[in-house]
Amino acid sequence: MDRTLTLLGLESSCDDTAAAVVRGRPGGAGEILSSVVSGQAELHADFGGVVPEIAARAHAERLDLCVERALEEAGLSLADVDAIAVTAGPGLIGGVVSGVMCAKGLAAGAGLPLIGVNHLSGHALTPRLTDGLAYPYLMLLVSGGHCQFLAVEGPDSFRRLGGTIDDAPGEAFDKVAKMLALGYPGGPAVEREAAAGDAARFAFPRPLLDRPDCDFSFSGLKTAVRRARDRIVAEKGGLTVQDRADLCAGFQQAVAEVVAEKTRRACRLFAQAHGPRTLAVAGGVAANAVLRAALTGAAEGEGFGFLAPPLRLCTDNGAMIAWAGLEQLGLRGPDDMALGARPRWPLDAAAAAMLGSGRKGAKA
Amino acid sequence: MRELSLFLPDAAATDALGAALAARLAPGDTLLLDGTLGAGKSSLARAVIRSRLAAEGRAEDIPSPTFTLVQVYDTEAAALWHCDLYRLGHADELIELGLDEALEEAICLIEWPERLGSLRPARALTISLADEGEGRRARLTATGPGWDPLFGALEA
Repeated sequence: MDRTLTLLGLESSCDDTAAAVVRGRPGGAGEILSSVVSGQAELHADFGGVVPEIAARAHAERLDLCVERALEEAGLSLADVDAIAVTAGPGLIGGVVSGVMCAKGLAAGAGLPLIGVNHLSGHALTPRLTDGLAYPYLMLLVSGGHCQFLAVEGPDSFRRLGGTIDDAPGEAFDKVAKMLALGYPGGPAVEREAAAGDAARFAFPRPLLDRPDCDFSFSGLKTAVRRARDRIVAEKGGLTVQDRADLCAGFQQAVAEVVAEKTRRACRLFAQAHGPRTLAVAGGVAANAVLRAALTGAAEGEGFGFLAPPLRLCTDNGAMIAWAGLEQLGLRGPDDMALGARPRWPLDAAAAAMLGSGRKGAKA
Repeated sequence: MRELSLFLPDAAATDALGAALAARLAPGDTLLLDGTLGAGKSSLARAVIRSRLAAEGRAEDIPSPTFTLVQVYDTEAAALWHCDLYRLGHADELIELGLDEALEEAICLIEWPERLGSLRPARALTISLADEGEGRRARLTATGPGWDPLFGALEA
């Protein structure tokens, strides 16, 4: 199974529609021959965010164009492709279904093997595509509504060490930005404001630091920021530029401290099984300088290396799906035409659920 | 129309309300969760889902539905839909999601219900959440028939 393979990867599980061609050897390095992302630039002024494409048909139309362009940019035709990989979940049902249907059509038409890929495994295996990182490694995967620590032990072997029990950090940044009338996306906007702020002015909570595990919660922090904003507005009738900067700085500092401490715990948990290795971070959190410094410091303090793949390969793309398919194909073989869409699909099905506030499990 | 106002001093009170609601929701029931960002809509929805699953001896992740708009949980009595319409572009997309059918057959918990447009059901329990001191005030308003047992239990 050491032969070089060329895979076409399709991704349409959330807001973007994407296709890419990747060539490589399973267990070796990968080369991205093309990667086309048809992003949803259309912003919705009402709430400052991207409007998800719900209609399956619209995804399907864009997928055709993405595939065409990805093949063209790679200088290949379907006849040069060895297999087709497609995101089969988790995500928005309409998008996932249209991706799977499109991939089935292509596979049947061209007589190629088809492999359904978990979107999250695409993100989790990206450090191998970009940097050839060896198994096992520790992954902080932040994508859309997901945020979890994974021990990545093989192409299809993921152990979840912890994650968010409610909002993902990106979501908290977006919502805080919205509360403070900053732009979208919230991450860069809040970071910019925070640069001029005093992080010590507001005593925001550090959620779940009192629990010894690697789980996060950002919902209560978001509420604390809104309450602080409301208090200031009630006192002075509005927010000054400095108030806003201080709120952003305090919020960002709280997120950074929680993420750093939980990362230290995840490193220790991972090291119990594998010793210190590398912490790879995929997602927007690594684009925030304060969070990145907190993550790097935490990893290095535990004797771990730190790796953050380029941001354009941490947002949704087809290359990571092609690569995951390439790595997983030899391991579990192709899927047949019964491949279905799975809106909910945890990477680590054996992991205990991450539960919310008061209740600690089924018996509570 | 029935109304009830409850003070929720802390997370445990939110969980308790969630459990009380969960025990009495039947297929076709819709909860509309109103309130600003950080008002506690998701916390209450999670409490309902957690309690409903726990009654079947299950404990599962309850991810935020903000990105996927909908998270569906299959329970013995009915599918349980947790919807966050925050990112919805147009109300007619709700048909694409299958929400029109879910409103009739499933138990639906819907955040940002003002985006429902014409799909807003005539029979529903609206819960408006707002800050009150360090806690929250929950205002329950029921429209349509069949909510008396639930109100009776909450008032007891």
